Amino acid sequence: MTLSALLIQLLNGLAGASSLFLVAAGLSLIFGVTRIVNFAHGSLMMLGAYLAHSLIARLGGGAAGYWAAVLLAGLAVAGIGVLIERLLLRRLYAAPELLQLTATFGVVLIVKDAVLAGWGPEDLLGPRAPGFRGSIDILGRAIPEYDLLLIALGPLVLVLLTWLLRRTRWGVLVRAASEDREMTALLGVNQTWLFSGVFFLGALLAGLAGALQLPREPANLNIDLSVIAEVFVVTVVGGLGSIPGAFVAALIIGIAKALCVAIGEVRAFGIAFSFPKLTLVAEFIVMAIVLAVRPWGLFGRPPAAPPPSEQRELLKPPGPRFVLIAAGVFVLLAALPLVADEYSLVLLADICVFALFAASLHFMMGPGGMASFGHAAYFGLAAYASALLARGAPMELALIAAPLFAGVAAIVYGWFCVRLSGVYLAMLTLAFAQITWSIAYEWDAVTGGSNGLTGVWPAMWLSSRSAYYLLTLAVSGAAIAVLWRMIYSPFGYALRASRDSALRAAAIGIDPRSVRWAGFSIAGLFAGVAGALYAFSKGSISPEALSIPRSIDALVMVLLGGLQTLIGPVVGAAALTALQDTIIRHSEYWRAMLGAAVIALVVFFPTGLAGMFRRAAGLRGDRA
Amino acid sequence: MKPSPVLLVDRLSKSYGGVHALRELSFSVHAGEKVAVIGPNGAGKTTLFNVLNGQLAADSGTVLFEAAPITGLEPQVIARRGVGRTFQVPATFASMTVRENVQLALAARRNGLRSPLAGSRALDTREASAVLERTGIASLAERSCATLAYGDLKRVELAIALACRPRLLLMDEPTAGLAPAERASLMRLVVELAATGEVALLFTEHDMDVVFAHADRVLVLNRGRLISAGPPAAVRTDPHVRRVYLGPSTQPGTLRDA
Repeated sequence: MTLSALLIQLLNGLAGASSLFLVAAGLSLIFGVTRIVNFAHGSLMMLGAYLAHSLIARLGGGAAGYWAAVLLAGLAVAGIGVLIERLLLRRLYAAPELLQLTATFGVVLIVKDAVLAGWGPEDLLGPRAPGFRGSIDILGRAIPEYDLLLIALGPLVLVLLTWLLRRTRWGVLVRAASEDREMTALLGVNQTWLFSGVFFLGALLAGLAGALQLPREPANLNIDLSVIAEVFVVTVVGGLGSIPGAFVAALIIGIAKALCVAIGEVRAFGIAFSFPKLTLVAEFIVMAIVLAVRPWGLFGRPPAAPPPSEQRELLKPPGPRFVLIAAGVFVLLAALPLVADEYSLVLLADICVFALFAASLHFMMGPGGMASFGHAAYFGLAAYASALLARGAPMELALIAAPLFAGVAAIVYGWFCVRLSGVYLAMLTLAFAQITWSIAYEWDAVTGGSNGLTGVWPAMWLSSRSAYYLLTLAVSGAAIAVLWRMIYSPFGYALRASRDSALRAAAIGIDPRSVRWAGFSIAGLFAGVAGALYAFSKGSISPEALSIPRSIDALVMVLLGGLQTLIGPVVGAAALTALQDTIIRHSEYWRAMLGAAVIALVVFFPTGLAGMFRRAAGLRGDRA
Repeated sequence: MKPSPVLLVDRLSKSYGGVHALRELSFSVHAGEKVAVIGPNGAGKTTLFNVLNGQLAADSGTVLFEAAPITGLEPQVIARRGVGRTFQVPATFASMTVRENVQLALAARRNGLRSPLAGSRALDTREASAVLERTGIASLAERSCATLAYGDLKRVELAIALACRPRLLLMDEPTAGLAPAERASLMRLVVELAATGEVALLFTEHDMDVVFAHADRVLVLNRGRLISAGPPAAVRTDPHVRRVYLGPSTQPGTLRDA
């Protein structure tokens, strides 16, 4: 590696950091004022790139046309952002944070299919920017002028945003609302306009970032989720709500990634390490170091006191009637192979697997008070582990051992995550999941890369559809029963105590962080059981099992079912799995339909399906 | 010979940026003693409590509990050593009943919260009922803490603290926000506890009636410094206390009527 090679990568990394900063700053602004983590922020950037591509083609290649197109793309995305806020999120400001987030994920799905329908699946590379087509010689290397423009743009936007927030009346209101939204409302500030305003600005920044990125990277359908994961890392490292923090974090991560690319492939101890493939791992290391030293990020402030938990409902231990009904349902399900066809059995096995997956997430989200955006990490990890173990060991052994890998990963990731709380913790879980995904995706030799691993079949005695269904039913049923039992065990009480009031828990001698760490790890282990069952039922495993949509599926199942009840996650898993199955079979644009369904559920049933049933039952009871 | 103190605080200092919340603070509390900490707002009372129970790290100085240093330990470790705490704004487990709150404290004391599979019957019921009786909230046992009135929450906190059987109980404003009748009954309860000689009590209080009626000794803080200490009668007449605590314009005699 030469100095000039390092320099060129460094400048390249810094140029990438600028657009990352633009997106992260927008996300931070929106979160600060509305308390909504806008999952669709990466989608807005993606839209910016595609819109810019079309507008540039329409407005011609001249400098004026080109830059007008970039600006128009930004403004169009800003308009779309305001529309999303007005039409959707406005209805949800009173709903729990996580439901709002789920709704924005519905937007992600819809935008993805809209882009697919409008622009097709091919990557679209934009023309080079007029006025910045050339390059400048530095140390004998040609540095694209456009990179230098982007590098200059980052600090410029930082200065502009700082000016806007510090020196204008609007900025003062935004800062006041970020500090205390209710107080600001009491002072008579028009929230409606403030919220629309930050959405306009945040979406504008994302749209511009997408448009400006076009000459460097083609517009493609993966921008949305890959960018949102990176932006979460930047936000967590910089400190949630801090714009300078986002800037510094974007720079550090840009530089770390550049270094990885510059180092290239290195041989050590006879093993070749391909550093360019490790760029996401580099982010992970940066993040791990920062969070170990400063859990609230570089510029973040620890909250004065942990916010009180939103969950205040009593959790009555299930009575004998519940146990009886659950046992009855179990027996009925076990009898189904007598009547059901093969297709239904596959679907039922899926439902069992996802019921356990959702129940494990519910364990940490409900009693543990820790929402995860990256629960698929443990699911997918165990799935990969079982596929790999099954090559050398009997399938039964692989099924038992694989979840342990997930448990160990949860112990490691959890150590970092439980230092944080709320949305901050959730963002970190997503970052970890994305890193796990990238390892599976890049490590061809072991994981099979994007193709994954095939030929993961169960043992002979389990090879029939009905036998494997019965296995998943038995294992998932037993695991869910254990999870439920744990909720009412002394440990479960300690977990809820740490959620309700960490202050009080510590004052009676409970270590809230250790208890939460244990809860986190248990949830990971049980997600791993579901993942191992999944691998053998599908016969193959691909990075999709670790992906963000898979994590969000679990989140939607839990929220759909309702957090307050035990059967919520099971009902949610059954409903979503059946819904997905139906939609995928009937529509090419199943993502958009699913997104619309998720949004509709959030808007119409904010307490979840189980909550709705319970309310309906309660009403009937009152009348009787 | 006087027995060694339960709590010995030696030259404790803590500052936030340039503000000295505690400056070279030294005092001691003996078994069965009821010591009140008074001082104007911002005197450092809550900071003192937060340092004593490990929520805040001191800048310098040492705290000995039963002759062993507890400076810099984590709150849960200090709690396990035998230091109980109630908060200015009551902190209870909102998603549980009053009884469950107390049961949890009992289980925490017995180290019984590790088991993930034991079932809820593993939580003690009999002793929990006794504690609830003793604190006069047995009738609230099955109520959710999320639905209780402020005064009742203060009692629940006391019940939780007692279930831990502390040998030193830190009470931050035990009677703040209570009606006079509630104040009297709560303090009667606390005093009965201390009278058994097993618990030493360190409490902050704004109500001078409560302080002078119940404290064996009074510590007066002002801007993080201990400006006076002694029996209530002596502190009441200390001119230094009158000047900084009640303001220079105060006429002699007003403190008694406050």
